[in-house]
Amino acid sequence: MHNLDLTIADISKIEGKASCEIKIKEGKVESVKFAIAEYKRFYTQAIKDKDISALPQLAARICGTCSNAHLSCAAKAVEAAIGLTVSPQTMALRKLLNYGLMIRDHALHLCVFVLPDFFSKDSILEFDENEKEEHKYLDATFMLKAAGNNLSKTVGGRSVHAPYFTVGGFTKLPTKEELNKHINELAGIRNTVLDLIDLFATRDFTLKMESLTYSAVSDSQYSFLDGDYYISDGRNIQADKYGEYLERIAIDYPQASGYKFGGGITMVGALARLNLAKNKLHPDTKKSAERYLSFFPSNNIFHNNLAQAIEILHAVDSAIDIIKNLKITDEKPMPLVRKEGMGIGLTEAPRGTLYYRLEIGSTGKIASGQIVVPTSRNQIVIEEAIKKYLEDNIERLDNKESVEHEVEKIVRAFDPCMSCVSHFLKVTWIEE
Amino acid sequence: MSKKLRVGWFSFSCSEDSTIIFTELLNDHYEEWREKIEFCSALVLKKKSEIENLDVAFVEGAITSVAQEEKLLTIRSASKKLVAVGACACVGMPAGQRNNFDDKTKEEIKNVLIRFQYADKVKRLAEIVTVDDQVPGCPMDENAFLKILNKYLKEFGIN
Repeated sequence: MHNLDLTIADISKIEGKASCEIKIKEGKVESVKFAIAEYKRFYTQAIKDKDISALPQLAARICGTCSNAHLSCAAKAVEAAIGLTVSPQTMALRKLLNYGLMIRDHALHLCVFVLPDFFSKDSILEFDENEKEEHKYLDATFMLKAAGNNLSKTVGGRSVHAPYFTVGGFTKLPTKEELNKHINELAGIRNTVLDLIDLFATRDFTLKMESLTYSAVSDSQYSFLDGDYYISDGRNIQADKYGEYLERIAIDYPQASGYKFGGGITMVGALARLNLAKNKLHPDTKKSAERYLSFFPSNNIFHNNLAQAIEILHAVDSAIDIIKNLKITDEKPMPLVRKEGMGIGLTEAPRGTLYYRLEIGSTGKIASGQIVVPTSRNQIVIEEAIKKYLEDNIERLDNKESVEHEVEKIVRAFDPCMSCVSHFLKVTWIEE
Repeated sequence: MSKKLRVGWFSFSCSEDSTIIFTELLNDHYEEWREKIEFCSALVLKKKSEIENLDVAFVEGAITSVAQEEKLLTIRSASKKLVAVGACACVGMPAGQRNNFDDKTKEEIKNVLIRFQYADKVKRLAEIVTVDDQVPGCPMDENAFLKILNKYLKEFGIN
C-alpha cells in the first residue's frame, strides 16, 4: 500500500473506547496514534481529601472490569501508609477475590473479544450452535466467566466493586460451606480451560517484537498481589522504588500519558508475567500446561492471549488450594489509625502492573495520589506493535478494511482497558 | 423468523461497570435472549453497529461533552424507549465529580476541558433527553435491569 490515511474511530471488543489514526505516505509508515476515545473523569483530583476508609471503593469506580484490582491495590497503599498489616485470612480472601477476577476478566477478553477473530465472525453472538466447535466455545465462554464471577460474588459480595472489601479486612465473611461449593465448579472448568489453552497455542496469530522488554510484580506463588518488580533485562526492583523508574511521556492526542520504564519501552500484562515467572505457577498448572510453557519467554505479542489462558488455569488451581486449606474465623476489619504517611500499592491487575502512591495527611485524608494503570504502561508498545505490523506487511496491505481488521486484532491482543486510562493524569501541553 | 426486540447498548463517561454486569448476565440468559433480542449496537460485543429503529436503547454513563450530547440525541431519536443504566447515567455521579471541585482544582483541569471540548458541566441523561426508565446502582442492579428488560419484551409483544 503506497498511501493510507485511516482513522478507526471506535475499536470494538475492548474495555472502553479507543481509536487509532494511521498515516502511510509513499510506502512509509509516517505515524500511528493509538488514542483514548474516553473523556476524563479526574479521579486523581477526586480522591483528594477523601478519608482513607473511603478511598478504595471510590478508586474502584475508575474501572468496572478492573474494579477489584483497584480495590486491592488502593487498600495496599493505604495500609502501607498507616503501617497496618492485614491478617492471613484477609490475605487469603483477597487472593480468592483476585483469582475470581482473573478467571472472569481473562475469559471475557479471550472468549468474547478475541475468539470471534478465530472463526471470522464479528461477534460471539454469531456463533452457530449447530456447528460443533463453535457450540463448544460458546458454552465455554459462559461457563468460564460464570465460574470466576460466582467466586468473586461469594468472597466480595459482587464481582464488580466488591462491597464487602474494605481497608483492613472484609465487612462480611463467606462461610466455609459457601466457599466449598466453588471447589466443584472450579474443578469442573479445568478441562475447558485446557481446551482454550490448546486453541490459543495452536491457532493464534504471530507478531514478534524482537527488542521489547517485559516487566511484572512477582512473588513465589504468582499471587498477582505481592512481590518485587522484575524486568526481563535482569533488573529486580523493590516495590517501593517502582516510581523512580517511571518516565512519563507526554502525549497530547489521547488526553493521557504513556510511560517508559527504566529507560526503555516495557510491556506489562500476562505475557510479561509468563515470560518472567512461569516457574512460579501452581504445580498442577505447570504439570497440565507443561508443553505450552515451553513457548515462554516469547516475543510474539499474540502470546499474551495464550498467557492469559494459562493464568486462568493457575487461578483455578490456586483458588481450589486456598479454599481447601482456609478456615474462616470471625474477624472484623482491623481498626484504622489515621496518621500522616506515604504508601505504595504495587500489584498485577489482569492487564499488568497497577501502581498507587498515596500521601496521607494527619487526619487520615488523602493529600495527593498517583495512579498508573497497565494500559498507560503499554500505550507506546501498542503503537510500536501496530507500526511494526504495517512496516512488515506494507506490500501486502491492499484495502482499508483489512488493515482496520488487523490493527484491531493487534490492539485486542494487548487487552487494553481504556476506562482505566481515562481516570486522568497531568498533561504537559505541546502547543502547535 | 419471529420478531425480536431491537436493542442497543451504549456507554458514555463511566467505568462501564454495568456493561460488565450485562456481559455476566449473558452467562445465564444467553439461550433465552438469542431467541428474543437482536443486539443492533453493542461495541463490547460486536463491531457492526446499527443505530436506527431501535425498540430500546440502554445507555450507561454521564454526558461530559457536546459531542456526547449530540450522540445521545441521535440515539434518542432512533429509539422508541431509552433506559438510563447505572448511577452515572441516572444521577450523573461519580463521573460528574468535576462539577463539585473547588476553584483551585477546577483551574488545574481547565486546560484539559478547553483543549478537548468538554462541556462546562457533566450531566445525567435526563438533563438532555427523555428517559423512559432507570436502572439504578453502581454498578446497575441486575434484578432491576431484568425487570425492565422483561417489561419491554412484553410491551413489544416478544414471546
